[in-house]
Amino acid sequence: MRKSIAILAWVVLVAFLIVAAVQMRDFGEPKYDDMDQHFLDNSQIDDETNNVVAAVLFDYRGIDTLGEATILFSAVSGVIAVLRKMRKVKRGVESG
Amino acid sequence: MNWKMSRVVTTIADVLVAPIAIFGIYLILHGHLTPGGGFQGGAVVASSTALLIIAHGAFGEHKKDLSSLESTGLTLFILLALFGLGYTMFYNYLAGTGTLFGAEVPSGINPGYINTGGTVTLMNIAVGMEVIAALSLILWMMAKRSGSMDLETSRSEVEE
Repeated sequence: MRKSIAILAWVVLVAFLIVAAVQMRDFGEPKYDDMDQHFLDNSQIDDETNNVVAAVLFDYRGIDTLGEATILFSAVSGVIAVLRKMRKVKRGVESG
Repeated sequence: MNWKMSRVVTTIADVLVAPIAIFGIYLILHGHLTPGGGFQGGAVVASSTALLIIAHGAFGEHKKDLSSLESTGLTLFILLALFGLGYTMFYNYLAGTGTLFGAEVPSGINPGYINTGGTVTLMNIAVGMEVIAALSLILWMMAKRSGSMDLETSRSEVEE
């Protein structure tokens, strides 16, 4: 049961990636500029913010920033988990 | 084992920590006006922490307060985003309302007013808190558990 769920999830993921790869624009053409002019024109109107970068980071693309903060949080969790204080086992004594 | 740096290093570090930390806080608070913001300013403040740790060793016991500061920042950020759910997530509901950070920005070139930005400013502060605490906690934990920079290694080894 768990194996079939894993295979299904793998198939869905691979199908998604293949569709995304087929629909991708040509190599070397970063032409996702549909929103650029909107950001430049409207960041002072929508957000009352002079800094367009801050407006994109924390309003238009806020979910990405949330992911970034979550990555930092999980990095700290990993460091704490790796460097936690171990109980010292005396030499020659088996640790049960 | 005690982490000992020369008096020159500790004095220069003590002098430089305050300007570096204040510059980082300035970057965080002016994130909606000037280049910089929560992540960059937090990294600058954490670099002042690195200076302190290099000069003085991993002093004190800071795991609890730093991790609670980090959790507070992240929770504040998510809550600020969720409060806008009446429209969408991350909707800037404070901009232009005249309340906290809600002054209106004159369109076009302007000198930059600190009381603007709405949730952008508050989210900068929240993310800044999180980044300060996260990077400081990583540095402090690595220095503390590496042994040579830990000021109380010998005592804790006796205890356990």
